[in-house]
Amino acid sequence: MLPRLIPVRETVLAAAILLLLILVASRFSGFVAPANLVNVFNDTAPLIILALGQMVVIMTRCIDLSVAANLALTGMVVAMINVAMPDLPIPVILAIAVLLGSVMGAINGMLVWKLAIPPIVVTLGTMTIFRGIIFLISDGKWVNSHEMSAAFTGFPRAVVLGLPMMSWVAIAAVALFGVMMARTPLGRSIIAVGGNPHAAVYTGINVGKTQFIAFLLSGALAGLTGYLWVARYAVAYVDIAGGFELEVVAACVIGGISIAGGIGSVGGAVLGALFLGVVKNAMPVVNISPFWQLAISGSAILIAVAFNVRAGRSKGRIILKRAEAPS
Amino acid sequence: MSDIAVQTRHVPDRLNSRAFRILRSWEALLLAVTVAIFIVNSFASPYFLNAWNLSDATFNFTEKAMIAFAMALLIISGEIDLSVAAIIALASTAMGLAVQYGAGTPELVAIGLAVGLLCGAFNAVFVTILGLPSIVVTIGTMSLFRGISYIILGDEAFRGYPSSFAWFGQGYIYWVFTVEMLLFVIIAVIYGVLLHKTNFGRAVYAIGNNPTGALFSGIRVQRVKFILFLLTGLMSGVAAICLTSRLGSTRPSIAQGMELEVVTMVVLGGVNILGGSGSIPGVVIAAFVMGLVTFGLGLLNVPGIVMSIFIGLLLIGVIALPRLWAIAAQSRKA
Repeated sequence: MLPRLIPVRETVLAAAILLLLILVASRFSGFVAPANLVNVFNDTAPLIILALGQMVVIMTRCIDLSVAANLALTGMVVAMINVAMPDLPIPVILAIAVLLGSVMGAINGMLVWKLAIPPIVVTLGTMTIFRGIIFLISDGKWVNSHEMSAAFTGFPRAVVLGLPMMSWVAIAAVALFGVMMARTPLGRSIIAVGGNPHAAVYTGINVGKTQFIAFLLSGALAGLTGYLWVARYAVAYVDIAGGFELEVVAACVIGGISIAGGIGSVGGAVLGALFLGVVKNAMPVVNISPFWQLAISGSAILIAVAFNVRAGRSKGRIILKRAEAPS
Repeated sequence: MSDIAVQTRHVPDRLNSRAFRILRSWEALLLAVTVAIFIVNSFASPYFLNAWNLSDATFNFTEKAMIAFAMALLIISGEIDLSVAAIIALASTAMGLAVQYGAGTPELVAIGLAVGLLCGAFNAVFVTILGLPSIVVTIGTMSLFRGISYIILGDEAFRGYPSSFAWFGQGYIYWVFTVEMLLFVIIAVIYGVLLHKTNFGRAVYAIGNNPTGALFSGIRVQRVKFILFLLTGLMSGVAAICLTSRLGSTRPSIAQGMELEVVTMVVLGGVNILGGSGSIPGVVIAAFVMGLVTFGLGLLNVPGIVMSIFIGLLLIGVIALPRLWAIAAQSRKA
């Protein structure tokens, strides 16, 4: 009975994170001090938020490689709005960021839904287009911290109940997605679409529309993160979060979300992101050069996908193929 | 996608003539586009119609096209390799490392090709033996291969390649014809023959259309795919040699984002991203289209990142337009 109550995947991952923390703590005990753990969590917050959106997309048998570019474009736009109108209140900025991100997500979603273009192609294309637009609107210039208003940069750092707002936003997103996946028809249809699109159609689920909503959610979260990212690091330029989309996919894959769709959990995505976050923050502590980061996330993706298959699932499917062949 | 419509198929009682089919093909359309771009460019900039400038412009696409030919076969078979640019980085780093230990040009070429092959084999093992989806595997190896370059190089750069090594990327065969152009032509012919005239090529199409059907008709599907990943790795090695030789230095960020341009080139060349159809002549013309567009925009002082917007739009537009067309045609009929 017990093994059925505890999801195996998440337990293994949580144990791995714990083991990692113990290993680092044996070298440098200050790493596991509560204040530092709060820092690590806060540092991982953007990855957690983006991993939630990516999880939904991957579970519907798609992939969103444009999240980092979406984040960067939204971040640049809100930073420029802030420079132009320093008195704009933060809730308005947040609304603009989410809206803008959603629009970009919707573009991806429409291309996948209405034109049935493979998601990988759509998002590879929009990834470069979004990055290019950042250059066009900013003319390649940076928006620096002294140009931003204090309220703009202060929001993600404001400490409430011992945690920065950045962390609270991540926690709120996790809670929201947890409820959505487990308790709403939308969450169920996302799982159904990924699990078996044919069966989903017969139960009255609009597969394309569900995929569209998944992209919309992913885009909205990317937009939200765009503001938080730019405000926290107090700088916006063309290349912020370059290559971050890979880390997001890595977090999902490590968290046991099957790239073939239909399998995954909010807990997995969060733990996958935390795993990468702990590794990233532990490396300087144990004197490993930051240049190892890229290779480590690459290896983590490979090990995780191999592990997923070894865990006895059905074989990986080519996600370039559309779910349904014309009947 | 989700709407289930009964489709009746119109079977013509005789085929169109060969000339008519060629005229209406994707390749013919591309060729017309190429000519149009050529004419527009020669009016837009007085520097366009210069043999030496045009010769320089070919560097925009020769290296990418070498990989694109192998990638075309891979995509036709229903797989994809997003790690090609990272393979270039790793192969280039390996060559740079070898230079530090005094390797000569023949050794460097051998190392470049070997690293390419090894990386291809690495991808192939994950995809064909462990049965993992190629898209995830190559996203993983994309960070792994480039990550290894970063571990070796950090923020340094390798220089000091022997002068004879410069021949590959900077040498000329005759007048304005470069060594890379020669390699491009040779590789295009090899892949054209391989895909269109051999049993292996037929097997690639068969696998892309129906892997299960291909298996039941006696094609060793996994082995063919293994070879295709090897070829893509090998071509990345060749491109790494040319690019390193041309630049004369190696940084870990070398060829960053090139995988996108290679995939765009292949898709623009009329290869179905879902596998099963496509041709090498199409990819050759697509290479020229992309080369001429980037060269023309470059002459007009358009920055590289803005060109990437065009590439992204081209990638989506090329796939979207025929589908929009089909939707429009269907609604007109209904």
